[in-house]
Amino acid sequence: MTKNNGLHGKTSPPIAMNKRMKDIMTEYYIEAKTAYQTGKKVAWITSGGPVEPLIALDIIPVYPENHGAMIGASKMGADLCERAEAMGYSGDLCSYARADIASAVIDGGPIGGLPRPDMLVACNNICGTVIKWYEALARYFQAPLFIFDTPMCHRDYHQESKDYVMKQVLELIAFLEEASGAKFDYDRMSEVGRLSIEAQHLWKEVLDTAMERPSPMTAFDGFYHLALIVTLRGKAVTVEYYRELLAEMKERVALGIGAVQNERYRLMWDNLPIWYRLKWLSRKFAEHDAALVADTYNTAWCRSLRYIDENDFLGSMAEGYSRMYLNLAVDQMAESIIEMAGKYSIDGLVMHSNRSCKPYSFGQYDIQRMVRERLGIPCMMIESHMVDERSFSEAQAETRIDAFMELIMEREK
Amino acid sequence: MPAILPRIKEKRIFMNTLDQFLAAAEHPERYAAKLKSEGASIIAFLCSYTPEELIHAAGLHPMRLFGTRGPIMRADGHLQAYCCSLARGTLEQALAGDLSFLDGAVFPHTCDTIQRLSDIWRLNTSFGFFADVVLPVKLDSKSAQDYFADVLGRFKAELEEWTGREITEDSLRRSIETFNAVRSSLERLYRLRSADPGIMAGSRMAAVIRGSMIMDRNELPGMLDRLIEEAESGIYREPPGKDKKRLILSGGICDHPDFYTALEDSGGVVAWDDLCTGSRFFNGTTETSGNLPAALARRYSRRLICPAKHLSTTARAERLLEIVREHRADGVIFFLLKFCDPHAFDYPWLKEFLEKHNVPNTLIEVEHQLPPEGQLKTRLETFIQTL
Ligand code: SF4
Ligand code: SF4
Repeated sequence: MTKNNGLHGKTSPPIAMNKRMKDIMTEYYIEAKTAYQTGKKVAWITSGGPVEPLIALDIIPVYPENHGAMIGASKMGADLCERAEAMGYSGDLCSYARADIASAVIDGGPIGGLPRPDMLVACNNICGTVIKWYEALARYFQAPLFIFDTPMCHRDYHQESKDYVMKQVLELIAFLEEASGAKFDYDRMSEVGRLSIEAQHLWKEVLDTAMERPSPMTAFDGFYHLALIVTLRGKAVTVEYYRELLAEMKERVALGIGAVQNERYRLMWDNLPIWYRLKWLSRKFAEHDAALVADTYNTAWCRSLRYIDENDFLGSMAEGYSRMYLNLAVDQMAESIIEMAGKYSIDGLVMHSNRSCKPYSFGQYDIQRMVRERLGIPCMMIESHMVDERSFSEAQAETRIDAFMELIMEREK
Repeated sequence: MPAILPRIKEKRIFMNTLDQFLAAAEHPERYAAKLKSEGASIIAFLCSYTPEELIHAAGLHPMRLFGTRGPIMRADGHLQAYCCSLARGTLEQALAGDLSFLDGAVFPHTCDTIQRLSDIWRLNTSFGFFADVVLPVKLDSKSAQDYFADVLGRFKAELEEWTGREITEDSLRRSIETFNAVRSSLERLYRLRSADPGIMAGSRMAAVIRGSMIMDRNELPGMLDRLIEEAESGIYREPPGKDKKRLILSGGICDHPDFYTALEDSGGVVAWDDLCTGSRFFNGTTETSGNLPAALARRYSRRLICPAKHLSTTARAERLLEIVREHRADGVIFFLLKFCDPHAFDYPWLKEFLEKHNVPNTLIEVEHQLPPEGQLKTRLETFIQTL
């Protein structure tokens, strides 16, 4: 978070829970990195992957995508991406994948590499990239790989898809039992499922506090506090954490503390964060009294709640995991954005055209058109590779943001 | 160029077989117009996992699209410049009105790009029929097999609903037989050419494959039989190039006849390939008894794997090496479309695997146009000289 020194972007004091988040994540990574001493098993899993059965088996889940985000935030992305290119990986591929593959080989990145995986779980509800990425990891680490195949929903969710994914839930459990040597406990699973759902509810409530004016947090804060719902959902610590974070947000609301002081304009962000420019971007928008109060990325980890049955997590997770945001059709994504724009009283849409993430980015022009037609609000695009800072042009982004904000101010007059 | 004279002579005499393939491959829109005038309904597809048999059994004509080699303008308003030229080029054709002969399109689940293209296509075109066929991505489990067959069942029902006609067991079996015949003829021709590459120029072989994804499937088996007979009799023979290096072309699609010519001029020849517009298209036959959608699912799962699907972590490399050995190849050329993720992800590993087995290889990355001729030839010659 940027300090308000009266010169630059006008942002409020940092969220107190930031420190707690850091502690939990540090503890988590220490536990994961010492797993070889404690005898615990480590699984690498994709961000949209079905993690709850792993937690129920006491397997430590590790997220290369979260690692990718850390690499990006610590501006180590360009170097690692370059290394991957030297290995033959095209510079047009997902920069999470490139950075992570390179980091695996040299134990690079901000935490000296991730702990070796005993098993790999890739779920394609976010993209096909993870299939190729995890195949490469499986070869490199000689670790068993389970692909949790969640057919794209586009407009409809079909029974045959549900049946197929339900069968895979059982196959996944068998795979995990074999790879970990532990026996699956269905009672434990119910408890983990309950905790996962509770954390998702709390996360949703946290994000919903941004409906307030001024908003106590921005999407950029969300990108930071998102880490636990991605990596440790199903754990009690996550529930506690979001309960406290929610309390802090409510308190900020009660005190009228906005994440951006003098919040005048409310914007929405689409696509993954540009990890190495978060600060810069939030300051840039704050300078225009604009707060990015909503986004499509943070909400991805609670929008499946509506499909999940609290009393039958295992039985309903197939649907929850299949109907993830990125597994829907472009027009459904647009609907979702339009709905959010109303809910959060949005004045403009900022789209990150992310060269790393084709399933998230292709279709953005059509979404823009639909949003303009339906809501008449201005839209803008910034292009980058989310963790490869070589791809980002600050000058161009700055010009675009200024022009975009001018449009928004014009409209408000 | 002494080769020109005999070629012109052949053309005059055998106008009706190879030249028909060449004409359809070069001008699919003219071929489509002719089909339409005969009352056909044309359904477009872009991927070799398209269950063409079902489309054909529904009485429709499946036609593969390859994008455009011309400028891309209209598609720029829908797909970013970092999208592969196949998706952009095909959308360009659709938006420019170049595909007005279409009655619909079908999008099997391939890569992320195709998934989004499918949505964008549905939202911005109005051809009549449209279907997403969300095939499984993994092909190595029983549950995936069952799902595959179920999805084909759904597609069959969608076709039936649209045409208002039932796809009978018999009609599907006949279609499967037709496609089996086409595929095995293509494989025979490939084998003849692998044994004796002079039998037909590479650019012409490519046109035969491409034509087989465009032309009337009912006529194809007979035409291919004739073509093979003619090829065996030597009428399409190229002047013998001495000591041409035998190469395997590996990648997604190769829609560039000029590439084959440049390669041959540089001292090489494609002895076999691992392409969607090649052996991946004709590999494997479908059983004609039992549950037919399940049989189709089996064939599509067992054939040479595409990198957008998962079979095992090593299947592709192993198959590629088998191909190299079986066809006594001197090397492999990876022919990849820029911005094609699945292929780009496999490349470092395939390269490493080949190198471990002492198979020389090189990478050529193209967009919708080939690199300039001189540059391309220099690269090919340099590679071939190292073999
Ligand atoms: S950024 Fe996009 S392409 Fe990369 S892993 Fe995430 S969803 Fe997949
Ligand atoms: S597989 Fe590659 S070439 Fe084919 S559509 Fe997808 S990205 Fe484009």
